[in-house]
Parts: sequence; C-alpha cells; structure tokens
Amino acid sequence: MSAEQVTTRRETGVAGVSALDRLGYRLQRLPLHLVIIIFCAVWIVPTIGMSINSFRSVSDMGQAGWWTTLFPPHGFSLASYQQVLNIEGVVPSIVNSVLITVPATVIQLAIATMGAYAFAWMNFRGKNLFFIVIVGLMVVPIQMTLIPVLQFFKVVGLNGTIVAVWLAHSGYGLPFEVFLLRNYLGGLPREIFESAEVDGAGHAVRFLRIAVPMTIPAIASLTIFVFLGVWNDLLVALTYLGTSPNRPFTVVITQLVTSLGGGWQFLTAAAVLQMALPLAVFIFLQRYFVRGITSGSVKG
Amino acid sequence: MGNQIITAVIAVIAVPLALLGYIIVGEQIIERLSDTLQKWIRPYFWALPAVGFATVFMVYPLLRTVVISFRNNDDTDWIGLANYKYFFTFPDTLTSLRNSLLWLVFYTSISVFLGLVIAILLDRVRYESLAKIAIFLPVPISAVAASIIWKFMFDYQPPGTPQTGTLNALLGSFGQQPVAWLVNSTTNNAALIFVGIWTITGFCMVIISASLKAISTEVLEAARIDGANEFRIVQLIVTPLLWPTITVVGTTMIINALKTFDIVYVMTNGAYDTDVIATQMFSQLEHNHYSRAAAVGVVLFLAIVPLLIVNIRRFQQQEEQR
Repeated sequence: MSAEQVTTRRETGVAGVSALDRLGYRLQRLPLHLVIIIFCAVWIVPTIGMSINSFRSVSDMGQAGWWTTLFPPHGFSLASYQQVLNIEGVVPSIVNSVLITVPATVIQLAIATMGAYAFAWMNFRGKNLFFIVIVGLMVVPIQMTLIPVLQFFKVVGLNGTIVAVWLAHSGYGLPFEVFLLRNYLGGLPREIFESAEVDGAGHAVRFLRIAVPMTIPAIASLTIFVFLGVWNDLLVALTYLGTSPNRPFTVVITQLVTSLGGGWQFLTAAAVLQMALPLAVFIFLQRYFVRGITSGSVKG
Repeated sequence: MGNQIITAVIAVIAVPLALLGYIIVGEQIIERLSDTLQKWIRPYFWALPAVGFATVFMVYPLLRTVVISFRNNDDTDWIGLANYKYFFTFPDTLTSLRNSLLWLVFYTSISVFLGLVIAILLDRVRYESLAKIAIFLPVPISAVAASIIWKFMFDYQPPGTPQTGTLNALLGSFGQQPVAWLVNSTTNNAALIFVGIWTITGFCMVIISASLKAISTEVLEAARIDGANEFRIVQLIVTPLLWPTITVVGTTMIINALKTFDIVYVMTNGAYDTDVIATQMFSQLEHNHYSRAAAVGVVLFLAIVPLLIVNIRRFQQQEEQR
C-alpha cells in the first residue's frame, strides 16, 4: 500500500465524516426551521387570503375559499372595489382620512417639539412635577377623557367637525411625544447650546437653528408613528364624528360591517384600500418604523 | 369637501407658522424684560402650548370624568356610588369585566411569550430579517382591517356546505365539524384575543429582539464551551438578561389589553358575551348614559393606576442615572 493511497483514504474519510456531521447538524436544526415557517405562515396567510378574496366576486367568495384561486380558472374580478367605491360616503371618507391625519400629525408634533425643548433645556419651578404628570398621562386610557371632551366640543360647536378630531388627537398624542423628544433633545451635546449662547443666540435661534435640525431623525420616526396611529384610529373618530359626513374611512368601514350583517364580504376591498397606506409606509420606511418603536418602548 | 381641503391645507401651514410667530414675537417681548423676570417667565412661555393642550384634553377631562361618575345622568345631583353599583351588579357589565380579565391574562402573557420565543428562534437563522417582516406585518395594519381579515379566517357555513373560512376548511380537511368561532361562547373570546395577539406579537418581538442583540456573544460562547445546551442558555442567561425589557413590554401589553376596543367593536360589537370594559363604556355613551359611562371609565383607569405608578418609578430611576 503506497503512502499516496493512505493519504487519499484518510482525506476522503475526514470529508465523509464532516459531510455526515453537516447533515446531522442540518437535521437537528430542521425542527427550528419548521417552527419558524409555521409561525410565519400563521402571521402572513390571513392577510394574503383576505387580499386575494378582495379580487374575487362576492358570489365566488361564498362558494369556495380564497385558496381555490391559486389554481386556474382564477376568476379574478374588481367587482368588490367597484361596489365599495360606489357606496355613498366611501370616497369622501378616504379624503377625510387624509384631511384628518395630515393636520393632526403636523399640529401635535409642532407643539410637542416646542414643549420638549422647554423640558430639556430650561429650568423652572415645578418642572419635575409637570414632567411626572406627563409620564403618567402616557398610560391614561383616552376613555377617561371622552365624555368631558365630547361635552366641551358640543358647547363650543366643534362636535362633528374635523377640527375637533385634530385637537383631540393632538391632546392625546402630546404626552408620549413630549416625553420622547425631551429625552432626545436632552441627549444633545450641551456645548453646542452653550457656545451658541456665548455667541449671543437667543432661545428662539437655538431652538430653530440647532435643536430642531438636530432632532429631525427623532421627529421623522415619530411622524411615521403618529401618522399611522391617526390613520388607523377608530375610537376617537367614532366618538367625536359618529355619523357626521366628516367621518374617516375606518369609521365608515366599521359602520358598514355592523350594519350589513350578512353580505359584508365585498368589504375586503375596503380593508385592502385602508391598509395599503400603512403597509406601504412600513415596507418603504421600515428602518425608521422599527427604530421608532424600539426607542419609544425600551426607554419608556 | 372643497372647504374641508382648504381648512386642512391652512391648518398644515398656519399652525407651524403661528407657533413660529409665537416663539419669535414672544422671545422679542421676553428679551426686553429684566433678567430675573426673563428667567422666571421664559420656561412657562415655552412649555405653555404643550402643557395647555395636555391640560385641556387630558388632565381636566380626567378629573371631570371622576366627578361625572358620582352624578346623575343630567348632572344635576350627586348620587354617590349608584353608577358603580350598577357596574358591579348588572350581569352585562360583569361579563365585560370578566372578559377584560381574560384579555389581561391571555393577551398579555401569550403575546409577550410568543414575542420572546420568536425573537430567540429567529436569532439562530440566516433568514432572520425576512421572517421578522412576516411576523411584524400585522403591526401597521389597523384593527379595523385586521378584523375583516380574521372575519374570513373564522367564517362559518352550516355543516354540509363548502367552508369558505380558512380555519373551518382546515378542520374539514381533518374530517372535523365546522365551528362557529365568533358566535359560540366557548370559542369567541379566545378567537378575539387571538386576533389581538396576532396584531401585536410582531411589536413584542421587535423590542425583545433589539435587546437580545445587545447581549454580548462572548457570554453565550463561554456558556456553550462549558457545555450548556441551548435550552439552558435561554433559561439561565438570555431570559434573565432580557427580563427588564420583558417587564417593559409586559406593562405596555397589560395597558393595551385593558384598553382593547377596536377588535371587539368591529368583529362582534360585544354580542354573544364578548363585551370588554371599553366597548361596554362606549355602548353606555352611545345610549347617552354619560354618568354610567364615566363610572366604567373610572374603573378602567383604576385598573391602570398601578402601572402608572410603576411607569413613573421607572422614569425616576432612569432620571437618576442620566
């Protein structure tokens, strides 16, 4: 037996064992992959199924489940979308959702940034107490405020207007935003503000020229968060707008679900339209979205 | 409609401009004052809009709701605890209390547990970021859309007819009878709570995963070299290190559970004994029983007070560390 043969045998031997090892390792990890795949399926299939159903006619939906469209004849149709968009009040309600969400987001973030600056860079009597109240308000259920605020809106004649919803959303969102932005602003380097002060810059300049530009990353994450929160809101709009023509899309969908009882299936189209914006935001702005969530909760 | 658009555009432009004007004009005036007066007045001037909003829309209403809960419905007389007595003796409201308790226990524990398990499992595979997207997908979806999604999952047709609901079709393929998930009072609360869990697990996972990544790999490697198996590592090293995060997520979930409204309101509107405190309160409000609704709100608030105290304590600890 030559030396050459021995080495080759040994090499193949080693290779054989490691391949077997690798196979064993793979097999060992198979349950892990299976569990993950099951979780992913449970979390993703319902949305896919409902979205597929929205592209089928209502009579098809009543005869067979969404999975039958995976095989020909697919039988896709836009009938549900036509039906939903033709219901009186649906198209205006989508416009209302935009008209409610954009100003409500701008108003509360503008006010919150200014308030957060005061809490981060100024000293005043009662500051800690005020801020503890704000921390406490972050968890107060808005249910505690609905009745007096509703009565207030009725007295001042704002009940049923979009201005009422802007104001209410702004009030409800402020504690969390002030808290988060104050932590962010407070983390900025003190030297920058001090040297600006030495150069004679007043608080207005320090706030507008230094604080706000440096806080843009935090404001951007918050904007996404607040925007989606208001877009997806049901309770606030339901309480202050109810059946008013100014009510947003979520309220109209809900009222259709409860009033239709039986033939609600075509509302799949409405649900897809309603969630299209949040999903697009999530997919395209994922990094900001997740950053917003983690920074808000881990510190809070 | 045209008017609405104009109002909205004006609001988007005018509110920041007004605040800008407030800051610039206000500062101009303040800078003319004496130094001591400046020091005293400036912070309040800056904090005023935010504190004012919070006072008008949260602090005052909160106190006012407590007052209303002790008054009669016309707000003309004090009636003591009658509204609370109603809440704790009427069968419908007691059902809502029981259901909120179910939400509190199961929604909180399962969503946090699944968030933890999924975060740990995904940490061990190469397609982690892709799988995370799948689990996180329901988070940005509104409760209204999620309810319609799950109405299809739970859809029920009488036995013998084709089952179009995904779950009942699955049951059928195993030769089981279909279940009327949302009507049957043994399954409907569990079904609704599961929808809640489905919408929030991704949220728990993302937060827990973020602190999981902060655990140093050296510690884990050392444990592995010492021969600890993966379950022991999770049990003895990972979970204790994640505990602070788990409690934070847990408190948030408890508050979520107590405030649950949308899913129940859209999917069953509280029918078939699925009412929770928040939907019960809303239906009192819809029937103009303001003082009863206020009492329900106060009960909800009292349930949250311990968490409020925990949050403030945690905040104070963080402040000391700053």
